[in-house]
Amino acid sequence: MQNKYFECHNLIGGYGGADILHGCSIAIDKNEIVVIVGPNGAGKSTAMKAMLGMIQIKSGTISFNGNDISKLSPQDRINQGLSFVPQTNNVFTELTVRENLEIGAYIRKDNFEETIEQIYDLFPVLKDKRSQLAGELSGGQRQQVAVGRALMTKPSVLMLDEPTAGVSPIVMDELFERIIEIKKTGMAILIVEQNAKQALNIADYGYVLVNGENKHFGTGAELLDNKEVRQSFLGG
Amino acid sequence: MEYIDIINAIVLLSNFVLLPAITYGSQLALAALGVTLIYAVLRFSNFAHGDLMSFGTMATILITWWLQSIGITGGILPTALIALPFGILATIILCLFIDRSVYKFYRKQKSVPVVFMIVSVGVMFTLNALVRFIIGPNDRKFFDGEKFIIKAIEFKNLTGLDEGLAIRSTQVITIVVAIVTMVLLFWFLQKSKTGKSMRAFSNNEDLALLSGINPDRVVLYTWIIVGALATIAGVLYGLDKSFKPYTYFSLVLPMFAAAIIGGVGSPIGAIVGGYIIGFSEVMLTYAYKKFLMYILPTNLEPSGLVQFLSTDYKFAISFIILVIVLIIRPTGIFKGKTL
Amino acid sequence: MIEKLRAPIAFLFMGLLLLSVGFGQSWSVALGIINLCLISAIMSLGVNIQWGYAGLFNAGIMGFVAIGGVSAVLVSHEPVQEAWSLGGFGLLTSLLVIVSGYILVLLIRKNLSSLLLRRIMITTISLLGLFIVLYFYKPAVSSIESINPAKTGFLGGLGLPIIYSWLVGGIFAGIVAFFIGKITLGLRSDYLAIATLGISEIVIAILKHEDWLSRGVKNVTGLSRPVPYEVDLQQADWFITLVSWINHQKISAILNLTDQQIYINQLIIDSSGLYVKICYALLFTVVLLIILAFSNRALNSPWGRMMRAIRDNEDAASAIGKNIFKQHLQVFIIGSAVVGIAGAMLTTLDGQFTPGSYQPLRFTFIVWIMVIVGGSGNNLGSIFGGFFVWFMWIEAEPLSIFIVHALTGGLDFDNVIRLHLIKSAPHLRLFLMGMILLLTMRFMPQGVIPETIKRT
Repeated sequence: MQNKYFECHNLIGGYGGADILHGCSIAIDKNEIVVIVGPNGAGKSTAMKAMLGMIQIKSGTISFNGNDISKLSPQDRINQGLSFVPQTNNVFTELTVRENLEIGAYIRKDNFEETIEQIYDLFPVLKDKRSQLAGELSGGQRQQVAVGRALMTKPSVLMLDEPTAGVSPIVMDELFERIIEIKKTGMAILIVEQNAKQALNIADYGYVLVNGENKHFGTGAELLDNKEVRQSFLGG
Repeated sequence: MEYIDIINAIVLLSNFVLLPAITYGSQLALAALGVTLIYAVLRFSNFAHGDLMSFGTMATILITWWLQSIGITGGILPTALIALPFGILATIILCLFIDRSVYKFYRKQKSVPVVFMIVSVGVMFTLNALVRFIIGPNDRKFFDGEKFIIKAIEFKNLTGLDEGLAIRSTQVITIVVAIVTMVLLFWFLQKSKTGKSMRAFSNNEDLALLSGINPDRVVLYTWIIVGALATIAGVLYGLDKSFKPYTYFSLVLPMFAAAIIGGVGSPIGAIVGGYIIGFSEVMLTYAYKKFLMYILPTNLEPSGLVQFLSTDYKFAISFIILVIVLIIRPTGIFKGKTL
Repeated sequence: MIEKLRAPIAFLFMGLLLLSVGFGQSWSVALGIINLCLISAIMSLGVNIQWGYAGLFNAGIMGFVAIGGVSAVLVSHEPVQEAWSLGGFGLLTSLLVIVSGYILVLLIRKNLSSLLLRRIMITTISLLGLFIVLYFYKPAVSSIESINPAKTGFLGGLGLPIIYSWLVGGIFAGIVAFFIGKITLGLRSDYLAIATLGISEIVIAILKHEDWLSRGVKNVTGLSRPVPYEVDLQQADWFITLVSWINHQKISAILNLTDQQIYINQLIIDSSGLYVKICYALLFTVVLLIILAFSNRALNSPWGRMMRAIRDNEDAASAIGKNIFKQHLQVFIIGSAVVGIAGAMLTTLDGQFTPGSYQPLRFTFIVWIMVIVGGSGNNLGSIFGGFFVWFMWIEAEPLSIFIVHALTGGLDFDNVIRLHLIKSAPHLRLFLMGMILLLTMRFMPQGVIPETIKRT
């Protein structure tokens, strides 16, 4: 595997206790959507958190833009251009939509009005609701706020942990469409997903994780065609 | 009944209920804001807050004495107002020192709130001792300057009413300073980048960290604000009444009551709670006999004092309200937890 | 091994401290400290039952101490017949109205399903009850309080031996704890602390201002004793014989008969004081040992294990169907009752009931420090904490004065700073208490004698 923009190799580790990751490797390039799917407890989210530095790994490498970042704190990785949308509690419920976006831009020293406008263009509903508390929005709108907040740093890698968990199919389709639009700006997008079929549909590349290891990988289309993947993970 | 009686009744009530209640309520509101900020950001109930107020007031008093000794006074205003910024500074330094030497350790350990609370009891003891050691346990008045803006007798002469309205300058100072402080605080929390980051941190700590907010900075700003609020509240209370370390220690309950009633963690709630406690204490212990004599026909005049609770229980009112609120609606009026 | 030796070493150390006071200051002082140490140990055992076993932060200890204290008055004081005949009826009627109102409210809550109707009924009954109570209560109270206010002005007590009040104090405290617990135990730990702190202040406010009950701030003095009086001892032949027999060598060393008699008289006066204190110490030790035995049994019973399970993982415990509220209420009542016993003992020892002396620093937070320093969850630890912290509380004052004298020795005798420091030195004991707590929390969070049973 040649060096990609953001990659991890042979990650081993977990939350203290027993290891969850047993040598998984994930790589992603700019202008690419990479999806990680797999059964519950396979370590999908754990792998993503390890790449972000929220979990200490015992061994393995994480490199970003050619540099080893495995020793950096999450904050430093965010400063370098990673951005993360957690699965739950991913908005500031007591802050307005606009304030959520402003906090997203906390580490930026320059003027971020333009970025806010771009996010309003991407998610027009946020512009209408900008003065409302994020906690008062619907589930789908909250996800938009969450993604918008993560985009405020103008990251080069956007990591989403199950962005469609708990939202309706229509909202999910719309969200995926937006994610494709974001990709077009040249961003690298890494998604952990339960809704494997839909996610692989929009993926340039996908990984199937089982027991913290890469079980299958390939382009989205390849995985969707793979009989074993279909039977085990996509419900036929 | 004449309309003049109604005006007399209103003046009477303003003099003995409205003005004292607003004054005390403002002092409590500022104190409760400090409690609520600690709770929202550092997530524990700070038992040492009363003694922090006491320390800030003591520092201000010492500087006031020094200023007076070198001949600087505030003229018609109390000298303590000139000393106040220095008192605030001293208290902030103390807050930061306590945070570094005590609380930081437990933050790093991610201790549960009750551990912080027990530790704050230790801080309470040490601060209490420090203040008593330096300035002594006695009652001290440090007010100077013009005592009254208008005296009761002047008011009577001016208006020709039977009832007088005495407006003490400490009451006006308290109200003005409290309003200015609150406006500044809200402006800071709502509009400034640091204020927003504090609210974000208080609302969702993990996401705030993911957004690159530096927790140490948030904690630092919180202590700065808390130190300032505690000193201002303490000095205003001391100017209006008097300074006594034990009284300040005891204030911890009414101000907890104020913070919890409003919804702990909510600044608006702290302010509303402060006024609720202030008004309740004054209104429930005021004898309405004279008031009713003005507004009721002569044959209905009350025989007793018409007092809901004897003044003996004044101090207990805040606890009673607190207990009732905790039973009925433990989250407080403005569901608290975040700024 | 070292872990096992911690308790003996701690108590040995404590014993040496007390002995050093005995030899260094005087045995009277040492025994005085020991008696209060014993009471403190009982209080911290009670708090340990709540905090150490169940993790309940009760900041209302002062209230239960005071309830114990007032029961000493109510049990031992002679009844004031006149007060009963004048105001007894009114007060009893008020009590009856309150109790029946409470029962009525309970019935309504149980049997009426309509929320609105329920609220209207309860409000009406409460208001109506309040008016009826006030109608009977106020005249009754003023007539009671007007009877010889300088001496009595209250209902008095039952005129029973004061030692019964230790049990009664426990029962009273338990009953009050039942109601307080009902109100507060659903709350989060810090709210529980604040609520109980507030309620304890209310309890003190009531005791201070309801003069008909225990004379309020006018205090009740001269309570009877469970042990002999010094003046009686000094007259008693057996006591004089005993003292002379114990000291016969010293006495016979004095040849001059007048000097000898003066010496014997002095000895008898000193010894009578010591004898009284020893009697108290023995009584208190018996109570302490009984409570310790019960506490240890409870701690190691299935009940105690369940308590700890709830403390360590409330969610898991409720998941397997434990009624946490009920368990917490039990433990709250038992712990408070133990504190109430200690409160009654304290008032017995003082011989007077002074509601003004109850302050949260002294009666709530110091007891907390005892439990935490001793070792939360360990009964022996609590006893050690009670002894050690009380000892420090008493000895901190001479110690601070000594230190200040030593530090300012170089200054002029009437140096302003020196005088101020000497005057302020007693306040350093609060500082010492705070530092003991902070240092324990930092470096020995399990306490001197940690809990021995592994936390699940």
